[in-house]
Amino acid sequence: MAGEIWVLVEQWRGRVSDVTYEVLALGREVSAATGASLQAVLLGSDVKDLLPTLGAADGVLVTEHPTLGEPVSEIWALALAQLVERHQPLVLLIPQTNVTMEIGSLLATRLRLPFVNFCRDIQVTDKRLVARCLLYGGKVEATVAPQTPAVLGVLPGVRPQEQGRAERTPTVTAISLDLPAEPPVRFKGYTEPPPGDVDITRENILVAVGRGIQRPENVALAEELAAALGGAVCGSRPVIDQGWLPPSRQVGTSGMIVKPQLYLALGISGAPEHVQGMKDAALIIAINTDPRAPIFSVAHYGAVVDALEVLPVLTEIARSRRRVA
Amino acid sequence: MPDPALSTYAGLPGYLLLWVFALVAFGLFGYRVAHFVRLFLRARPEYRGGQWAQRLGFFVLHVLGQRRLFDEPLVGAVHFLIFWAFVFYSTSFFWNLLRGMVPVLPIPYADEVPWMTLPLEVLGALALVGVMVAAARRGFFAPPRLVRSLDATIILVLITVLLLSFLTSEGFRVLAGHSTSWMPVGVVLGGWFARLGMTPAASPLYFLSAWWVHMLVVLGFLAYLPYSKHLHLLAAPFSVFFSSPVMGTVPPPSEGAARREEFTWRELLNGLSCAECGRCDRACPAFNSGFPLSPREVVGFIRDLVRAPANPKSLVVVERSVVESPLASEIIPPAALWSCACCYACMERCPSLNEHVHLIVEMRRSLVSRGEVDDRLQAVLTNLSRYGNSMGQPARARARWTQDLGFTLKDARREAADYLWFVGDYASYDPRIQPATRAAARVFHRAGLDVAILYDEERNAGTDVRRVGEEGLFEMLREKNLQAMGKAQFRQVITTDPHTFHGLRNEYGLNSVRVLHHTELVDEMIAAGRLPLKRPIRVTATYHDPCYLGRANGIYEAPRRVLRALGVKLREMRRNRRRSYCCGAGGGRIWMEEVPGIKERPAENRVREAAELGVEMLVVACPKDYVMFQDALKTTGLEGKLVVKEVMELVDEATAPLEG
Amino acid sequence: MLNIMVLVKLVPDVVEELEIASDGRSLDPASVRLILNERDEHALEEALLLKERHGGTVTVVALDVPEVDDVLFTALAKGADRAVKISGVEAGLSTWAIAGALAKALTSSGLVPVDLILTGVQAIDDLDGQTGPIVARLLELPYVGMVCRVEVDVEAHKAVVIREYAGGVTGTFEVSLPAVLGIQSAEKPPRYVPVAKVRAAMKTQQLESVPVPGQGESSSVEILQMAKLEVTGGAVMLEGSPEEIAERIWDLLKERGLV
Ligand SMILES: Cc1cc2nc3c(=O)[nH]c(=O)nc-3n(C[C@H](O)[C@H](O)[C@H](O)COP(=O)(O)OP(=O)(O)OC[C@H]3O[C@@H](n4cnc5c(N)ncnc54)[C@H](O)[C@@H]3O)c2cc1C
Ligand code: SF4
Ligand code: SF4
Repeated sequence: MAGEIWVLVEQWRGRVSDVTYEVLALGREVSAATGASLQAVLLGSDVKDLLPTLGAADGVLVTEHPTLGEPVSEIWALALAQLVERHQPLVLLIPQTNVTMEIGSLLATRLRLPFVNFCRDIQVTDKRLVARCLLYGGKVEATVAPQTPAVLGVLPGVRPQEQGRAERTPTVTAISLDLPAEPPVRFKGYTEPPPGDVDITRENILVAVGRGIQRPENVALAEELAAALGGAVCGSRPVIDQGWLPPSRQVGTSGMIVKPQLYLALGISGAPEHVQGMKDAALIIAINTDPRAPIFSVAHYGAVVDALEVLPVLTEIARSRRRVA
Repeated sequence: MPDPALSTYAGLPGYLLLWVFALVAFGLFGYRVAHFVRLFLRARPEYRGGQWAQRLGFFVLHVLGQRRLFDEPLVGAVHFLIFWAFVFYSTSFFWNLLRGMVPVLPIPYADEVPWMTLPLEVLGALALVGVMVAAARRGFFAPPRLVRSLDATIILVLITVLLLSFLTSEGFRVLAGHSTSWMPVGVVLGGWFARLGMTPAASPLYFLSAWWVHMLVVLGFLAYLPYSKHLHLLAAPFSVFFSSPVMGTVPPPSEGAARREEFTWRELLNGLSCAECGRCDRACPAFNSGFPLSPREVVGFIRDLVRAPANPKSLVVVERSVVESPLASEIIPPAALWSCACCYACMERCPSLNEHVHLIVEMRRSLVSRGEVDDRLQAVLTNLSRYGNSMGQPARARARWTQDLGFTLKDARREAADYLWFVGDYASYDPRIQPATRAAARVFHRAGLDVAILYDEERNAGTDVRRVGEEGLFEMLREKNLQAMGKAQFRQVITTDPHTFHGLRNEYGLNSVRVLHHTELVDEMIAAGRLPLKRPIRVTATYHDPCYLGRANGIYEAPRRVLRALGVKLREMRRNRRRSYCCGAGGGRIWMEEVPGIKERPAENRVREAAELGVEMLVVACPKDYVMFQDALKTTGLEGKLVVKEVMELVDEATAPLEG
Repeated sequence: MLNIMVLVKLVPDVVEELEIASDGRSLDPASVRLILNERDEHALEEALLLKERHGGTVTVVALDVPEVDDVLFTALAKGADRAVKISGVEAGLSTWAIAGALAKALTSSGLVPVDLILTGVQAIDDLDGQTGPIVARLLELPYVGMVCRVEVDVEAHKAVVIREYAGGVTGTFEVSLPAVLGIQSAEKPPRYVPVAKVRAAMKTQQLESVPVPGQGESSSVEILQMAKLEVTGGAVMLEGSPEEIAERIWDLLKERGLV
């Protein structure tokens, strides 16, 4: 196997996203297994400031161009195509998020390269690149071997991001590309969400409270945890009935159907009307004092413990660790 | 006494005047009535023939007997009197009119015939008292939801005047010396007139004046009637006669109605039969809980629609944005229609036998056919058409509840059985009710009943789907269920779910097969000694009549007999049997989004009612009731004070073999 | 007037218990019931909304697979004007093969050009790529994904699209038409179509069928193995003191990149 291991840096609105470091950590492993060097590929219009954060890579390929300022996938894919053709890497790992969603497909189609989506892990076995992919909404894992060179889309969370962070200035190779000045897709601007109203169907992290939370004051504890985690609070119907949370926060058949990345259920028994509103969450963690509470049959993880005892500790952990990070 | 028709007035003969007045009054009356009749002829047809004997029975009971009015005894009595006075007075009026217009007829006037005089006088006097009571009720003690309109006041005044004018004319007869022993009121009044110094000589003049006042008021009444709410007195008898002979029905399949010409004639007739008495609202759980629904207003809207001139472009139910109607008041908001739990309480109470649920379902169909359903409901309908259950669970999981029974239930698709047990969605899938479903299985097993189930081929029976207004989906579910049932051999069908029961029994066309609710079957088994009692259940409990078992199918006693046989001491809630108060789950409500800002959920109201009796237990015979009341216990804080049990759980407990 | 094409794909319904076939590398077909990809349903809705706004036609195109007829008749009942089945492809689990076949058939049958091609942004079985971007490249049209709103300027022949990012932030892009858009969610939830209307469509309307010319594309991604992931029988229980449990939860969140 010849060729370098490339990782596309997801930089959005002047910041390198955390997922980039996770993928760099993975890239590091692949590079060790193949003996090839690990290169971060940084695209943008003025991104020099970001270089020092990419020390986990052996080198960084940088292309700066006015049209690369925002992640317009069409142009990023075009730029990447030119880079790949010129430098022939073995693999290009692309973090898969809302920002970069289609870049892999666009690029792979341009160059007629194999592309693999939804990778949750990548290994090199018998000199072959083997990826494990999550299919069918996380119900099935497929182990696949693409021909190389290949483009791989990697899901967030493959490796802890700390492993992909290093305070070291890597070797920088600046490459200039010839990109169209008036591309067919033109970026016009961002819009921030209207402040104040939380739409729980759009939140990634939900801290859900049920009757087990016992008192309205305790809802504030959940609010604090949600704030520390960067999510929002929602609840079961009794909590909304009591007026402890507004109706827009009710999860269930007569409230909202949510599919967050994390659903932390505190003191919720797991009645069918509630479960139908949250069962498709990617990760469900339930805390309930009753070991036979039905919520444990839909949760991925559970703990039989007083939610009120766990809440403040978890909030504290979230606050302190986040600050450090 | 002088003959009013042959007397002359300013040179004009009385009969001529009568002709003129009658033509005017009947003209006005006929013009209006013709409008209605034309409308009904142009409306969508709906067959309401057949079952004539039963219809006649309804007429006797509800028109002549005024049965439902006695639900509120005092007003019932008053209305009864006024009604019968009306019958006699109108007979007498037409008789006199005929006699007056054709004076050559060799017959006396009605009030000269003793067997008419007596009832006219007695009923007239009593009705007069009744009118006073009615006026006082209107003025001072109006019940909630009674409409107090100017119209009603005008009518009350007219009735008073026509009664008084007749009675005084009788008094003048007596004053003139024409008394008979059939004139009790006349005699009294005659006495008073004499004491007031009126002379017998002047009495013919007085008599003639009173006679004419009476005739003119009645003619005026006749002309005014079809323009007023008292049209109900003409329309309601038709409503009653052509009402659906059984409770619990929905309109015949259609694509729904939003405009006047899209309703059936019987649906439009509801609008004219309404007396605005508000009984429907007072019975309606949705209304009482503060949902945006008033069945009376729904009917009132239809009335406005029928009364509106020519072709109103109005849409009853409009899309959120476009309002096609020229009159905003003519619009029923979709939220009102979605609030109905199809519990039939309104229909059970309406003295005119109006069919509110038909109107609501008809209009819901129209919303559904335009795709206007709320998100939650949409998800449920999609689940139902894809998986055959409202929960969105795989069909293969349907019979999972049978797994740890300790015996296997026959597969109806492979083996013949006496009974086909149609389990239903909630009983099959909902983990809260599965214990009760398993209890039922054990009881059947214990009694040696030969039962089989359809396993994954059973689908939701569609009873509520139909009431949501998704007729096509109902038909599809029914088709598939009938297909599955076609593969099975059985003699009778049983189910624990009243909604399923109602559908299978009345809407599946299973004419040759007997469909039983489990409480009926257990009642029979206990009577036959097939379920010996091992452990009596010594509790004081109350029993909630499910809408689709009770009101819709008239099964009130079987579950009570079962409970008593188990040793349960039963106490009745105030609202029991046909007056039972819906838990709020029916009509698809259990699948819909919460209505914000309601006062108290119907189920909460109901568990409070049960708790007030001081009983330990609320026994139900419907899976949906179980879920709703269980939930209401939590939200009312009655958990621990009252328990909710399914009949079968108790039967199971009472008949389980004693250890050792 | 706007001529819109919606490319839809059927995917295994994950409500049903999926089983792995005996070859260990694919799903057991007996366990699979196909259902319209959820995002594609949004793409269809957005297309119908655009048609209501600007006039024009909506053509729905799908590969000829079992149960596709139901999906296409439903689309017709909802208001699509034409429904086309692309036949003669054994695509298996390759979006690359599906998208390749679609692109070929669309060109050869003259179904393109259209003003706008909409498709769901991705599907739960998009193992080797998403339909939208692949078709866009093969037809050499511009592509934008994660779209949650489309405004078309018919005269200027361009569209302004809103793309969804995390945390409620959206981005606005302008794209020249014709273009391919990957829809994340329609402006309104997909509409309900009553069963009676679908049945009526089955009686009165026709599905068209277009064969794929020549050889199909095949995937260059080999599937070695497939395994069911879900551990049935409930949650993994975390034990210990409240502090220990909080630590374990934190670790879980970190492992998944949630914090
Ligand atoms: C038609 C209908 C529609 C409905 N719609 C919805 C809906 O949309 N959404 C919804 O949520 N519900 C809905 N419900 C209500 C639903 O059935 C349940 O009643 C409700 O979800 C229960 O909420 P809960 O879990 O908070 O309360 P409970 O069921 O009372 O559970 C409280 C739980 O907290 C646990 N607990 C107590 N103390 C602690 C502690 N200190 N630490 C940890 N755990 C503790 C208990 O063990 C218990 O399991 C609906 C019901 C009906 C009938
Ligand atoms: S059926 Fe029940 S809920 Fe519906 S209007 Fe009548 S009383 Fe109210
Ligand atoms: S519909 Fe019937 S019950 Fe309701 S107000 Fe009218 S007459 Fe009374």
